[in-house]
Amino acid sequence: MHRNELNSNNNSSNHDNKQKIRNMILRQSYKRRLIDKIVSGFAVLCVLVAIIPLGSILLEVIKNGGPAISIQLLILPPGAIGSAIGGIAPAIQGTLIVVGLASLIAVPIGVLAGIYLSEFASSNWLLPSAVRLFNDVLTGLPSVVIGIVGYLTIVLALGSFSVFAGAFSLSIIMMPIVVRITEETLKIVPNSLREAGYSLGISKFKVTFSIVMKSAKSGVLTGIVLAISRIAGETAPLIMTILGTSLFFTSLTKPIDALPLRIWRLASQPYESAHSQGWGAALILMIIVVLLSAILKFLAQRKGFNVKTSHI
Amino acid sequence: MLTDNKLRDVSLQKASKKVLDEDRDYNEEQEEEQRQQRYKVSIKDLDAWFGTKQALKSIHLDIKPNTSTAIIGPSGCGKTTLIRCLNRMHEMTHGATAKGHVIIDDIDIYDRGIDPVIIKRRIGMVFQKPNPFPTMSIYDNVAAGLKLNGVRDKKLINDVVRESLEDAGLWNEVKDELDKPGMGLSGGQQQRLCIARGLAMQPEVLLMDEPTSALDPLATSKIEELVHRLKNELTIITVTHNMQQAARISDYTAFMYLGELVEYGPTKQIFENPRKELTERYISGKFG
Repeated sequence: MHRNELNSNNNSSNHDNKQKIRNMILRQSYKRRLIDKIVSGFAVLCVLVAIIPLGSILLEVIKNGGPAISIQLLILPPGAIGSAIGGIAPAIQGTLIVVGLASLIAVPIGVLAGIYLSEFASSNWLLPSAVRLFNDVLTGLPSVVIGIVGYLTIVLALGSFSVFAGAFSLSIIMMPIVVRITEETLKIVPNSLREAGYSLGISKFKVTFSIVMKSAKSGVLTGIVLAISRIAGETAPLIMTILGTSLFFTSLTKPIDALPLRIWRLASQPYESAHSQGWGAALILMIIVVLLSAILKFLAQRKGFNVKTSHI
Repeated sequence: MLTDNKLRDVSLQKASKKVLDEDRDYNEEQEEEQRQQRYKVSIKDLDAWFGTKQALKSIHLDIKPNTSTAIIGPSGCGKTTLIRCLNRMHEMTHGATAKGHVIIDDIDIYDRGIDPVIIKRRIGMVFQKPNPFPTMSIYDNVAAGLKLNGVRDKKLINDVVRESLEDAGLWNEVKDELDKPGMGLSGGQQQRLCIARGLAMQPEVLLMDEPTSALDPLATSKIEELVHRLKNELTIITVTHNMQQAARISDYTAFMYLGELVEYGPTKQIFENPRKELTERYISGKFG
């Protein structure tokens, strides 16, 4: 029918139109090539602008922190104020304990909540959208507010600053990130995989955990790494929950030190040796985060194969 | 197939127990038996919806055992919806519903007491795009259905994997690389892997939803050969938009239009001597 209408146009004007369109398209293609070049040039520029501050911070930390790292820095507790002898061992230990404990709380809850939102929540029910909304609000909450909550609920209740209060606060910061990334990662797992599972008579539970989650594993782990990196550097909530000390770990209900806190303390002292130790602590914190993400990435790749993006 | 009974014991206990428990008149039982011998799949008064839009309108269709049936029709006519209703996959889509009766081997799969998860174990399904499990090896792809449904017997699984890959005509191509990822195979091989994965569940009915639409002609002809071979043991229902393919692979053809079954009969008759004008026009390419 369309064809008939087109054919009814007389041939010569049809030919003119064709020529006109060709000319227009060709002209545009020169313009487009120019715009292409400008846009990609701009993109490269933006990458550079983003990398320069990051690179210079990294360089500065390595330059100042590198010489400060020594065995005594790694194994000794902080010395007397102003003394060059002393290390940051309790802070390293504290960071590992508090961040580890926070992950133990936040990862299972966050991943399961993400699975619920993506796989099990019915979209015409109020609960999932409410959970999503609160989760997003929680992501944007200033960490100092979460620190105050930790202080009011756990520190005051237990009567002491404690490892547990710190881990609790950090897990609250971590959870929404894990929930969000788990949900988003599961959503890009193609539905055809779930249907393939269902068509074999596999229950929804097993399809979710043995097929969908396996395909999404590396994405979920990336989210966990991001969240851990985020909380490893948190300072404000820790001041209000673990307080910081120069002693090693004794009990979950006692104060403990953490690297960001120690860096802050060392930086606020008026001594050259303290500043140098602070740089060293900053470098060690960065190394810990990098190592952690490398280990998790390795674990993600070791078992099974990754989802091919071509399939999605 | 050698492992038939053992497997079915594991996967179908619930579904078949239900049927045994049912009380029925002797007469009715005999009648049912006769009907069952004649038809493997009986669709009665089947309606399906997506939300409020009706996709299938009162479909009646009887399919004989060990035959290959093709469902043809223009895009959007409901042919995919129809076969997705045959293993209750349709209602897994959000907002989709179905009502009616689909009787497979004496069991109405839309009966209230039937578990829609378990019913899928006896009906194989192959999808339009090959969809092997990306995290699994070739071996595990075929074994997935058994393993995830609780079969632990390693030797049995080994036998089934080999047999299914042989039945799917893939064994010779992959026997030395069973540990490699299933996603590493070519499109046609992946589709045969998906068929093998379905066959491992020892189904009696195999549903195929445009199984060759993503494949090249050579891979397509391999799948078509497979249909001819598998027909001896299975009842195969294939959705296709390729009429030549329907003519090549099927004994019976159903023509659908706008959610209704327009005509159903032996393929030869449908293509050479259709009874309805609409069928004639579609088959001769006048619309669609």
